[in-house]
Amino acid sequence: MNKPEILIIDDEPQIRKMLQITLESNDYQASDASTGKEGLTIAANHPPVLILLDLGLPDKNGHSVLKELRHWYHNPIIILSVQSNEEDIVKALDTGANDYLIKPFRTGELLARIRSLLRKTATGNDPVIDCGDFVIDLSARTVTKNDEWIKLTSTEYSLLVLMAKNEGKVLTHHYLLKEIWGPAYQLESQYLRVYVAQLRKKIETDSNRPKHIITESGVGYRFIAKE
Amino acid sequence: MTVVLAATLGYSISDFVGYRVVALLLLVTVSILAIFSDIIPVLLAAILSALIWDFFFIPPRYTFSIDNTEDALMLLMYFIIALVNAVLTDRIKKIQKEVQKKEEKENTIKLYNTLLNSLSHELRTPISTIIGASDNLLSNADRLSKENHNELIHEISTASMRLNQQVENLLNMSRLESGVIRLNKDWCDIGELVYSTAGKMNGSLNNHTLKISVADDLPLFRLDFGLIERVIYNILSNAVQYTPEGSTILIDAHSSDYITTDKIGLEIIASKLILAISDNGKGFPENEIEKVFDKFYRLENSKAGGTGLGLSIAKGFVEAHNGTIKVQNWKSGGAEFIIEIPTQTSYIKALKNE
Repeated sequence: MNKPEILIIDDEPQIRKMLQITLESNDYQASDASTGKEGLTIAANHPPVLILLDLGLPDKNGHSVLKELRHWYHNPIIILSVQSNEEDIVKALDTGANDYLIKPFRTGELLARIRSLLRKTATGNDPVIDCGDFVIDLSARTVTKNDEWIKLTSTEYSLLVLMAKNEGKVLTHHYLLKEIWGPAYQLESQYLRVYVAQLRKKIETDSNRPKHIITESGVGYRFIAKE
Repeated sequence: MTVVLAATLGYSISDFVGYRVVALLLLVTVSILAIFSDIIPVLLAAILSALIWDFFFIPPRYTFSIDNTEDALMLLMYFIIALVNAVLTDRIKKIQKEVQKKEEKENTIKLYNTLLNSLSHELRTPISTIIGASDNLLSNADRLSKENHNELIHEISTASMRLNQQVENLLNMSRLESGVIRLNKDWCDIGELVYSTAGKMNGSLNNHTLKISVADDLPLFRLDFGLIERVIYNILSNAVQYTPEGSTILIDAHSSDYITTDKIGLEIIASKLILAISDNGKGFPENEIEKVFDKFYRLENSKAGGTGLGLSIAKGFVEAHNGTIKVQNWKSGGAEFIIEIPTQTSYIKALKNE
């Protein structure tokens, strides 16, 4: 039985070693590359199920590696960065990264992100999204919680479905605004705030301590179906 | 200039007091000049005044010639005293300057040492823990009980988190000092901001209770989510660290209207965000309360853990928003931080494009 293979692209040997041990002891197979060029070659020869990509690489800028990968590689990519620079992260997410982690991060967090992203790719075309305490039925366009309908406006519904379809992935404010309201609304983040607040009141058990629509400070939102 | 002035004065009174008194007057003028000016102008003044005295006052007047030896001796003495006076005063000034410089340097060194001590202590303590614990795990692995083994690993984990926190603070501080902070302002739901910060505190609350109250009718405010989150986080961490276990910390968010003038000078009503974070601990000692936002300042007799940067970073981030932060003690005990941020607001609550 083949274990799912994850590619680590990072120039720091200590980080590569640590990630390798973490991944291998959690039933993944790990391959690694220390430069962007090497990473691109390995990914092309043997496409992994997921890539962990460091943004600060010696030969190529992490952003350009990401851009090149996204021409043909469609599996999840998680960005690793030492800087909590929001602009940099938003840029990477908008270029096609699925998620990001800021070094230093807890390994538990890393594994949870990997699991969530791989689970998403596993369940593809199911018309029903089970979110634990509520269920979205894409064919009937309904959301039910404890067998009761939750009344959502059409914008709220579109927003929820967009997030749920991208479970585990961080969606930037720009992306959400563009997808739901159109390109002209990309900077009108107040709409997003209002709708997220309304949506949380309807679907979350405690809208102040959301379990499904998670805030990523200064970056965007992440949807979690179940814990 | 001054010498000419004094000479004119001397000239006008020379009829009453005699030319030798005028010499004394000029000498006093040169001495006073020596206190305030540099050596070169004072020397010039000394020579000039001697010539003036010779030319205008010593009989025969209006010539440089001197008739009697007494006057010649007097002029020579005048000249010498004026020069010595100038040189000596200059020396004294130089010595004074050196002493002052030395004192300043010593103060800087003292401040730097305190800073370095506090920093190296705060950084080295977790590093020592990590080195010690991992050495133990490497060399004594077979002799350690399962319980001790786990405890060492736990210590490494805690120490690394603490180290990370210190580095984060230092980075933020240097960002503030270098003035490169650029605000990434966006519309913020204050409830979301406060609750998400509180969520990040969950692991480190110890036995403290955190109560949150966010006014229902709060508009959206335009500010840098990440920075204000850091402000709240730092104040909460401070409260957790300095209040006894079991204390209650309260975050209250509301807004207040104030009158201001807009770009074309019209009076308008604007809203500012007010965040009040209070606790029921002991409060700050009254004589130290003014210093709590100072860099590297830590309360006397305070426990280990903390570089004394958290609150000054909070202040810096609030001020980057043109806001204010104050701290006060409650009469009933406990301290309260009040943050006020004037910024744009948006009352869009329900939208029509459904």
